[in-house]
Amino acid sequence: MIPVSYYFALSAILFSLGALGVLIRRNAIIIFMSVELMLNAANLLFVAFARANDALSGQVFVFFVIAVAAAEVAVGLALIVVIFRNRQSIDIDEMSNLKG
Amino acid sequence: MDAFALVPWIVFFPLIGLVVNLAFGRRLGEKFSAIVGTLAVLSAFVVAVLQLLSLQAHPHGAVVPLADWINIGSLQIPWAFNVDTLSVTMMLVVSGVGTLIHIYAAGYMHYDVRYKEDPGSFTRFFIYLNLFIAAMMILVSGNSYLMLFVGWEGVGLCSFLLIGFWYSRNPDGSKGLLNSQAAKKAFVANRVGDFGFLLAMFLTFWAFGSLSFDQVLPNAASVDPRIIMAITLCMLIGVTGKSAQLPLYVWLPDAMAGPTPVSALIHAATMVTAGVYLVVRSAPLFGAVPEAGNIVAIVGAVTALFAATIAVAQNDIKKVLAYSTISQLGFMVAAVGIGAYVAGMFHLVTHAFFKALLFLGSGSVILALERAHHPLDGHHDEHHDDHHDEHHDDHHAPFDPQDMRNMGGLRKQIPTTYRVYLIGALALAGLPPLAGFFSKDEILTDALHANMLVWVLLTAAAFLTAFYMGRQIWLVFFGEARTKAAKEAVESPSTMLIPLGILAALSVFGGLINVPVLHPFTDWLEHTLGHDFAHATVFNFGVAIFSTVLALIAIYISWRLYGRKPLAAGEADPLQQRLGFAFKGMQNKWWVDELYDAIIIQPYRRLAAFLADVVDWRFWHDWVHDTLIGRGFGALARFLAEPVDMGVIDGISRGLAALAKGLGRGFSLLQSGYVRNYALMVFFGVVLMIGYLVFSS
Repeated sequence: MIPVSYYFALSAILFSLGALGVLIRRNAIIIFMSVELMLNAANLLFVAFARANDALSGQVFVFFVIAVAAAEVAVGLALIVVIFRNRQSIDIDEMSNLKG
Repeated sequence: MDAFALVPWIVFFPLIGLVVNLAFGRRLGEKFSAIVGTLAVLSAFVVAVLQLLSLQAHPHGAVVPLADWINIGSLQIPWAFNVDTLSVTMMLVVSGVGTLIHIYAAGYMHYDVRYKEDPGSFTRFFIYLNLFIAAMMILVSGNSYLMLFVGWEGVGLCSFLLIGFWYSRNPDGSKGLLNSQAAKKAFVANRVGDFGFLLAMFLTFWAFGSLSFDQVLPNAASVDPRIIMAITLCMLIGVTGKSAQLPLYVWLPDAMAGPTPVSALIHAATMVTAGVYLVVRSAPLFGAVPEAGNIVAIVGAVTALFAATIAVAQNDIKKVLAYSTISQLGFMVAAVGIGAYVAGMFHLVTHAFFKALLFLGSGSVILALERAHHPLDGHHDEHHDDHHDEHHDDHHAPFDPQDMRNMGGLRKQIPTTYRVYLIGALALAGLPPLAGFFSKDEILTDALHANMLVWVLLTAAAFLTAFYMGRQIWLVFFGEARTKAAKEAVESPSTMLIPLGILAALSVFGGLINVPVLHPFTDWLEHTLGHDFAHATVFNFGVAIFSTVLALIAIYISWRLYGRKPLAAGEADPLQQRLGFAFKGMQNKWWVDELYDAIIIQPYRRLAAFLADVVDWRFWHDWVHDTLIGRGFGALARFLAEPVDMGVIDGISRGLAALAKGLGRGFSLLQSGYVRNYALMVFFGVVLMIGYLVFSS
């Protein structure tokens, strides 16, 4: 059986990649995908601990996360589509109208 | 039969009359007001008569409690009525003479309110009169000094109201404030006396622990005589105020400013005798310290002579009677001072009869002249102007209907008034067998046994009394009319003449209530006063003949001066050249008013002016208010406004605003608008939180 620490390491790598993607990339779609990557890093850990501890609650959480992520994708992609229609671009550095 | 329980009605009947007149009198007219007012007093008289009948069966009377009044610890003063022979005597005089004067007033005031051009005041007059009767009844029926004082102040108030009844006029009828000033003078002089009475009450309470008669009077022997001396002397001050004795008598002559029925009721027959009643009621106190009695007697006797001398030279018909009243009150006070309580009360009763008769008679004379001078009936009013031009050239010239020099020969014009007036005058002069003879003689006889000085003074006063009454009769009713008004004088209506007739009968037969040998009045009062203070006076023929002869001589002298050769119009008084300076003194009332003005009123005014100008205005207003308080407050307000409000309070709010603004500007720099910046901040935030959680545990 593969020890939990392996999953932990993989999850950390995935989360770091996702965070880096959100902070570095300008393309909204890429940022979106990076957010999904971080969510799934968390999902992986949930499942791994649930399996290791023989507890179902972690798996139930993952289902919720997947369901909420699906809804988020729907809203988020819709926003991106509308932004693109208005500006013919999805570079988020151009979207700084709320500067204080 | 025992009617003692009815006694509160002697107060309630006049009060009911007062309230009815107050509510309906003005609307229902003169007749209604007069009838209600008179019936109220008549009912009180009936109650008083019932008390008299009950006392025949139970001569020691009763105390009838009505209501609790003051209840503080051991001090219990109920409103209780004291029914005994003394108080019932006063009740009978007050309500009896009061009823007659009410009837008279119905006739008199009918004209008076019209001459004063204020017919609405008719009801007001009867309201005041009923209020007076109620207060007087409280005075005579109270069973404690405090209840007596309530009535004492009540009658003082009524006296004030009635002297100033025509408050916007002068005594001669013109517009002015002299009547009001007379009322004020009476009130102030009485306050001085009341102050003495109050002190006497305080001392009584302190010494006896009670104010009710049945606890104070029997214990007079057990208290230090020096304290009783102080009590009685303070009481004497009250007596000199209310009963118009030296030195506080000055208000009574001026009180003649009131309508004549008032002069008769209040300032001759009833209220002014309250002081005499007080002394008689307190007989055990005065009896315990003979020195106090002596002082009272001297005050009374000196007043009697002093006022009689002034009465000799007065020209105003009512002023003569006013000084005569002071003089006769002096007789009463002297009598009670020497311990002749019964004689004093006897003279009080007979004096009430004949002095009320004389005052009402003088009112009838005055009205007769007034009505002749300017008639009121419709016919004359319609042709007022023509009439004025043709006959009454002196219509608007000053005419004083009270001046005896404007009278003369009136016995032909107003014969009924003349006859009753003559009876009153002879009774006052003390000729037998009229009422005044018996009472005055009893006082003189007692004085002869008790105190020679008092006897001499009183005999001299009696001589002058006969003289000035003779002078008045000759001047008013004999000789020739000295003015047109006197020639055309009109007899008064029967509402006025009937009471005069009854009073005349009482003045003739009133002496019988204490006729020598039988002494029914002495026995009557003995039930209340006890044997020590009510001794029967043995009739002394020497005194009686001496005083009668003196009175006849006085009348003869007055005839020589005024009757044999009647005074002509504008002629000087024949006494004037005979007495010279003394006459001037008498005529000017021995300048007592001027003396009081100089030693009391002017210094008092100066003190008042000093207090008003320097203390109140300059010190209190200018300095304390304007400088101290005004400026101080201004400075404090400026301090609060400028440094405190504008500096500190505004500073706090402005500082808060600046702080918020600066913070906002600072934080707005963080709001870059770049999503990735926000994400980075969240990232660092999370890292910090996790770092904290990891390293803090």
